[in-house]
Order: sequence, then C-alpha cells, then structure tokens
Amino acid sequence: MITFDEIKKAFLVSIWFMFLTFPIMVIRVNPVEHIVEWRWKNMLVVGIGSFLLSFVWNYLMKRKELGFKKAESGEETGTIPLVQRILGEKKIYIPALVVAGIFTIAFPFIFSLYQTNIMVSALIYVMLGLGLNIVVGLAGLLDLGYVAFYAVGAYAYALLNYHFGISFWIALPIGGLLGATFGILLGFPVLRLRGDYLAIVTLGFGEIIRIILENWNEFSFGPSGIANIPRPSLFGINLSVHESTIYIYYIMIALCLFTVFVVNRLQDSRIGRAWIALREDEVACQAMGIDKTKTKLTAFSLGATWASMAGVMFAAKTTFVNPASFTIWESIIILCIVVLGGMGSIIGVIAGALVLILMPEYLRAFSEYRMLAFGVLLVVMMIFRPGGIIPNVRRVYTFQGVKNTDKS
Amino acid sequence: MKKYFGKVFVAAMVFAFAVSMMSGVGLAADTIKLGVAGAHSGDLASYGIPSIKAAELVVKDINAKGGILGKQVVILAEDDVCKPEVATNTATKLLSQGVDVVMGHICSGATKAALGIYKAENIICMSPSATNPALTQSGDYPNFYRTIASDDAQARLEVDYALDVLKLKKIAVLHDKGDYGKGLAEFAKGFLEKDPRAEVVLYEGVTPGAVDYSAVVQKIKQSNADVVIFGGYHPEASKIVMQMRKKRMKTIFISDDGVKDDTFIKVAGKYAEGVYATGPRDTSSNPLAVAAVEAHKKAYGADPGAFFLNAYAATQALLNAIEKAGSTDYNAISKALKTEYVETPLGKIKFDDRGDAIGIGFSIYQVKNGTYVEIN
Amino acid sequence: MDYFLELFLGGLTRGSIYALIALGYTMVYGIIELINFAHGEIYMIGAFTALIVISVLTLMGMNTIAILVIAGVVAVIYSCAYGYTVEKIAYKPLRNAPRLSALISAIGMSLFLQNYVLLAQTSDFLPFPSLIPDFEFMEPYAHIIGSTEIVILITTAVVMVLLTILIKFTRIGKAMRATSQDKTMAMLVGINVNRVISVTFVVGSATAAIGGVLIASHVGMINFYVGFIAGIKAFVAAVLGGIGSIPGAVLGSFVLGWTESFATGYVSSDYEDVFAFLFLVLILIFRPAGILGRSEKHKI
Repeated sequence: MITFDEIKKAFLVSIWFMFLTFPIMVIRVNPVEHIVEWRWKNMLVVGIGSFLLSFVWNYLMKRKELGFKKAESGEETGTIPLVQRILGEKKIYIPALVVAGIFTIAFPFIFSLYQTNIMVSALIYVMLGLGLNIVVGLAGLLDLGYVAFYAVGAYAYALLNYHFGISFWIALPIGGLLGATFGILLGFPVLRLRGDYLAIVTLGFGEIIRIILENWNEFSFGPSGIANIPRPSLFGINLSVHESTIYIYYIMIALCLFTVFVVNRLQDSRIGRAWIALREDEVACQAMGIDKTKTKLTAFSLGATWASMAGVMFAAKTTFVNPASFTIWESIIILCIVVLGGMGSIIGVIAGALVLILMPEYLRAFSEYRMLAFGVLLVVMMIFRPGGIIPNVRRVYTFQGVKNTDKS
Repeated sequence: MKKYFGKVFVAAMVFAFAVSMMSGVGLAADTIKLGVAGAHSGDLASYGIPSIKAAELVVKDINAKGGILGKQVVILAEDDVCKPEVATNTATKLLSQGVDVVMGHICSGATKAALGIYKAENIICMSPSATNPALTQSGDYPNFYRTIASDDAQARLEVDYALDVLKLKKIAVLHDKGDYGKGLAEFAKGFLEKDPRAEVVLYEGVTPGAVDYSAVVQKIKQSNADVVIFGGYHPEASKIVMQMRKKRMKTIFISDDGVKDDTFIKVAGKYAEGVYATGPRDTSSNPLAVAAVEAHKKAYGADPGAFFLNAYAATQALLNAIEKAGSTDYNAISKALKTEYVETPLGKIKFDDRGDAIGIGFSIYQVKNGTYVEIN
Repeated sequence: MDYFLELFLGGLTRGSIYALIALGYTMVYGIIELINFAHGEIYMIGAFTALIVISVLTLMGMNTIAILVIAGVVAVIYSCAYGYTVEKIAYKPLRNAPRLSALISAIGMSLFLQNYVLLAQTSDFLPFPSLIPDFEFMEPYAHIIGSTEIVILITTAVVMVLLTILIKFTRIGKAMRATSQDKTMAMLVGINVNRVISVTFVVGSATAAIGGVLIASHVGMINFYVGFIAGIKAFVAAVLGGIGSIPGAVLGSFVLGWTESFATGYVSSDYEDVFAFLFLVLILIFRPAGILGRSEKHKI
C-alpha cells in the first residue's frame, strides 16, 4: 500500500517542517531578561506529526483527484449530494422535517439554559448568514463590511429604547427599514466597482460605522456602550432570565423560518434570477435587459435588512451593545459561514452557522487551541470541499421539446 | 399551523415556569460553587488568567481548613474573551451549573453584559478589575461589587497631581478610543475644564495598533502642551512615549493603571524613565500580600500577573461573606459584604452601599531606574 | 510651514511602512487574483524570527552590525519558506476552485498562523531592539525625522526599483507578466506556471520580511497580532494605487500615509481611519481600478 517513494516523500516533508518551525516552536526568548529557552521536544512532535499527516494529506489529495477525473470522464458519480437527495425524496423529507421540528420546539426544555442561550447566538448568525447569502451567494457581490448593518440594527434598538422607550416589537421593523435604507445609501457609491475593489470599499464602510460609533459620544455613548437594554416583552409580563431566553429562542426560530421562507421565495422570483444572472456575468446580464443598478441595490438593501433585524435581536439578547462587538472579524466570520456552508444554499448556510458558532462554544475545554483549529478547519474545508458543507445544486431546467411548431 | 404553534407555545411556557420553579429546589447541593469568569484566552488573557490562579490559591487554603459552613468550595472557571456577547453565554453557563457567587468579569463591557443576567437571578458578582464608574455609580447593578477603585478616582488623582504637585497649565488629553481609556480621558477632561488653572490644549483619540503615531506626536508638539494625560493600555502608551522622546520632546507623560505594568518599562526601555502612572496603592509589603505572592510562586513557579491581589482579595471577601452570612442567600451575603470587615492582601476592607470597596485607592507611581516607584 | 513639513514627512514614513507590506500583496494579487490575507502574518513571522535570532545572538555576544545582517538574512529566509509553504498547502489545491474559496482559505491560514505564534511564543508584547543606531549627521534633524525612518524610506525606494527591474527586464519577470495575463496561454507557450507562482510568493514574502524587521525596529515592539492590522491597511493602500501594479502600490501607500497624517494634523485623529476610507471610496468612484490601475475591457 505505502510505497518506498511515499515514505521518502513524507520524510522530506517532515524535515522541511522541522526546519520551518524551528525558530518559533523550539526557541522561546525573553528579550528583557535575556533568557533563551530551547524546547527540543516540540521539534520531535512537529517531525513525527508532519510525517504522519503527510500520508493523510496525500491520501485525501489522491481521492480528490480521483473525484475530478471521474467527473471529467462523464461517469455517473452521484454528483447530487446526500442531503439534496433527501430533500428531493418526499418520503424521507417530510418525516425528517417533522422530527427536526419537534426537536427544535422541545430544545429549550431538553437542554439547559446555557445550551438554549448559545443556540440563540447561533440562530442570530443563521439570520446573518442567510442575509449575506443574498449579497454574496446569489448576487455575487463580495461584501466585507456586512457587520455595519448588524451594528445599525443593534444601535437602532438600543438608542430608540434609550431615548424614546420604544419596545422591541416596534424596534424590529424599524431596524429592518433602517438597515434597508443604509443598504441603499452604501450601495450607491459602489455600483461601478467589481470584485475585490467592492470588497475593500465595503470593508471601509464597516470600519467607518464602527469608528463613528466609537468616537461620537453624544450620539452613541462611545466605547462604553449602552447597557440595560430590555429583553423582548411578552404582553407586558415580566420574564425571568430563563424564561425570556426561551422566549427569545422561539422568536429567533420564528424569524429564521421567516427568513428561510422569504429567501427561498426570492431565489425563484424574477429578482432572484436577475441576481444569479448578475453573479454569472455582469455584461451579459445587462445585455439581457436587466437593470443592473436596481438589481444590485435590492441585493444590498435586502441583505442589510436581515442583518439589521439580527442586530436588534442581538441587542435584545445581550442587553448591552458597544462598538467592540462589530469589528471586521465579525464580517469575516459571517462570510466564512456563507462560504463554508455552501454559497447560495440555504440549508448549507444554516449548517455553516451552527457549526462555526457552536464549535467554539463546545471547544471551550481547548480554549487555547480553538482558534487554531478554526483556522485549520477553514483551510481544510475549502481544499477538500470547496463547495461548502452542503453545496448549492443548480436548478436544472429541462427542455421539454417544442409542442407547438406552428409559430416557430 | 399558526393556531397549533400558539398552543404549543403556551404549553411550552407553562412547562418553562414549572421547570424554573423546580430548579430553585434542586440547588441545595453540598458544595459552594464559585464562578470565575473573565478573559482566559485571546489577546487579553494576561489580565484574566491571574484571577483563576488567585481563586485557586484561596480556595485550596479554605478547603484544607474544612471549607465553609462545612462545605467544600468548587471553582467553575469560564472564559468570556472580554466580549460582551460571549460574556452572556458565560453567565448563563455558570447559572446552568448552579453557581452561588461569581468572581469576575475582567473587562467592564463584558461585566455589564453579564450583570444583567446575574441580577435577574440574584447572584452576587465581584470584579477584581472592572473599573468603569457606571458599574457602581449608576445604581443599576445592586448585585455588583469590586475590589478596585473606579476610573474617575484615577482621573481625579492624575489631574490633581498635574495641577497641584507639578503645577502645570497646558494639558493634552489623549486616549485609545477604548472603553477603558476613553472613559478615563473623558473624566480627566471634565475635571480639567472645571478647574480655572488648567487649559486643555488637545483632546484626541489615537488609533490602537497603528504602525506609528508621528502625526499625533507632532500635534502634541504643536499644541505646546506641558503634559500629556493618556487613558489606555501600555502598547499605545509606549509607542507614543518612544516617538515623543525620539523627537527630542520632553513633555511629561501621566497615565493610568493600564500602563502601570512592568511590560511598559520593558518595552519602552530607557524612554520610560520619568513617566508617571497611577495604580492601586502599593500593598505588597502587607504580610498577607507577601504570603499570597509567595504561595503563587510556590504553586506556579512564577511571579503573579495583573490584578492578582485584587482577585485574591475578591475571592476572600466573597467566601468570608458567605461564611458570616451562614448561607448562600443573596440578601444575607449582601449584608455581610457591607458590614463585615475582611483581612485581605489589599488591607482590611468592606464595601459601601454602591459596591465599591472602602479602603482601596490609587497612588501615583513614577518610573525611576527601570522600576515603578510610589510617590507620596 | 514647519508643521506642514513635519506632517508631510510623518505621512511619508507611514506610507513607506505600508508600501513595504503592500508590495507583496500587490504582486500576489497581480498573478493569481487572490487577496492573500496571510501576507500580514508572513510579515509578523519575519519580525518574530528576527527577534528570536537577535536575542540568541546577543546572548552569544556578537557585535551589532553582524547581528543586524544575520537577523535580516534569517528573517528573509524563513519568511520565504513560510510564504512558499503557505502557497503550496492553502492556495495551490484551490487553483481551479471559485475565488471565494481561496479567499476563505487565506483567512483560515491567517488565523492559523496568528494562533500558532500566539501558542508557541506569547500573547504579550515583546520589545524589539532598535537595530539602526542614531546617525550623528541626523542629529540636527532628529526632531523632524529619525534615522530609522530615513532607512525605511530608502529601503522602500530600493525595493521598489529592484522589483520593477525584476518584473520588467528579467526572464522570470516576463514569465510573471505572461502568467498574470493568461494562465492557460502561458502554460501553452511553455512557462512553468506553478514555479512562477511560487517565485512570486517567495519574492513577496522576502519584501514582507524586510518590512517586518525594519518596521518592528521602528515601532519598538511586536506581538502576534501586528501583522493583521498592518496587513489590512497595506491592502487598502494597494487597492488605492491600483492592485497588481508595483508603482501603484507605493503611490497608494504614500497617498494613504499622507491622508492619515494630514487628517490627524489638521482635523483630528479620532476620525483618521474614516478619512482614509472615505478618500479610498472617492478615488474608486472616479477611478474604479485605483490610481494607476488599468481598467480591463471585458470581452464576452
């Protein structure tokens, strides 16, 4: 199975990595006290580790190439992934949906407050992911400043409540509208930009919003933030933390279902198809008579609406907002959710959000290593499953044949 | 579907009430659970990890003596990476584990977010390091205590020192745009504007992490300020000080306890000489403090980190209050905290009605020959 | 007038710091159209390696000049090795994948390298010795511009000229230009595209390492996170100048440096980054491909 050549290669790889990690893994310096610590054991670990990993890597690479070849030679490989097949099969799909539904409803009663609480966080990211999916996944506009709209929503609720005592249920639609407006405002100047230029300008917008929130004390209370934001009320009944967490959980489930419903309908609508056309080829899309400006702006503003509503939820859940929650890393994580889950695929984005947000919580025991693992996961996933966890399946329109030949 | 959902929802809420009623009964366990929350990983970990070690040392001591009220104390350490949104998860995790009292959180923002949850569940929370004045002064958090003085006390001291002792007039106030730094700078500016002797010639925030601050330094020079009062942490402070001195400026630099850290002297090296910083009053000669530091060296083989003594005192105060109160009941502990003195490495302390420790204050330090020296 | 000059020089220094990092970004982008998020981390690793070498050699009691040279060389070697390895692991398998996949892979690599250094070394800030002595002839001007700044300025200029020569006049440079125009065609005319891409990464990493050592010695401290912050700014600079163009990256960096410096000097440093980003948006609205970038004609 393992040839001599492979062993030789793995040996060379391990030598290379021992060389590569030598200064950082082996030597630790304390330039103040002039102490140098030599940790030779680490070198051994790196050597053996990379030796073994190189076999795994080669094996996976071979499998990947095999997959490519099969696909190229036109062999039937069952390219439709398992999940999509299940979704296509009504007999499995409906019972599965029922089970999932019951589980979702019973969740807060089976698990502890903590589990419910982190599930709410994950659901907020599901919403954010689905919103960004409109912009990146469907319309193909790379947005690195998505967190700006999230901040708009969170601050909208926090400030409206602080100044006017406006309740959560009124703030939610206002936040959504405000987000849509901001989406259009920020969308206008960047209409001409493509690809990475767009990415960097949106990144700039995200930072501008954060810096304004940080500096404009009279407006946003600066970096010390706004505390004591009320949780959503239930017909004026005061809820304890436990109860209101469960309540928020159900609100979030309802909002997510609503999001899925809307995004799903949008995808198949005229505007949704226009987005996909825009993503595939801007010039061709314009030639087909699609109004580029309108299409882009709707994508931006609809995406922003969801982010804003998620922001209102965030403020209500955390009861505290400050600009530190809206850094560029947040945008990057939302983007990772979309790409890792599967661009354009609704169920993929949901899976991506659950994995990426719950994983760090469950990995608390390895708190030090979790960000390391997160980085590795992103790289490995992209290499071996570039389409994401549950890739989007392109809708296929079959040509039925021309029945009415008279007019042709 | 809608109707059905409504019914399920009502049923669910009823069930939720039932569960929450039951959980109250189930809490009578045979251990006392001390939650320790703060940044235990990430870039601010160096502020949070010493608090776990302090709690471990105190608890080890107390358990060896037979625990409190005949019960052993268990530590539940949870990470919040100093982020408000994570802190709420941390708080609910501690609640799910049936925590009795919490020592933490480390950062003010995270503390505010978590306090909302503790308050609703009547859990007492004591921070060794959250200095934001609103935490105690707003009256919003009756369940909050701390073993460190608040930022306005620090700003007051800095301003008084600059005006009364150093007799300076033109003052530049800078901050790092952060929760802590800007809060402090705002207070300093407020105090200065009320004082007719002083003139604020510059008030600005610097961008944390920027590669250089030459433009800001030029601006300080242009403003002819006698002294810079800086609110923020040591990485930015050392960059500003180094660039000022490299440009041959002799402007005096006064800063806060985010800078009163040995790392500042190590990084800024010779340029750190003469810099003033406020910090918790030096109690390292207190026999209890000496013992605590010794115990740390013995257990972990290194000098303790930031806020170690504050965390040590907080743990002692909390556990002492439980013992004096005779139970883990919220009202009983609150009363004990406010009435019973406790001997800690920070001296003999109890808490005022707002939750600030009585008998804890700040002193001015100056860097002399590579170490911070307390100035009386 | 003095004040203006000081701000101008301050902006120039800041700009050349950005430029040393932006050059690597722009080269990599020019050839495979990838925002190499891990580039900032390569720069950080270069600086860290230099710090480790300096500390070890200081203990062995070498003289300053020798230490400076050795540390620089080792930092460059290691940065190149890291750049090469990162490309082989994280980007090469994604050559034919959607561009966003490669971007996420780059973000993953950036996170990995940050935490790798954090865990293997420390989360604290470490003091970085100032390697460049204060030149005597600079003393009268010390209040305006320091010796390290002068060295950074000169280095940026030299690196830019060398890179331009490399790309315009050498065989490998020709191959790079061909590859960036059309990968398939380049392969057809016998260019080893994989090798060209590797070389690009190695050259880009080398400039990052030079930048890392000089900037760390100017700032006086490093930790695992310095790469990310500087990297974002450098990337903005590269886009501003027209990404993919070498003189564009340098010009963009200077423009960004001046914008920030003057904004701080005449307005307020509270909003320094807001000015920088607004300026970027303005430039891109009127020149969507950056100052020196060529907007490509799209063929259908």
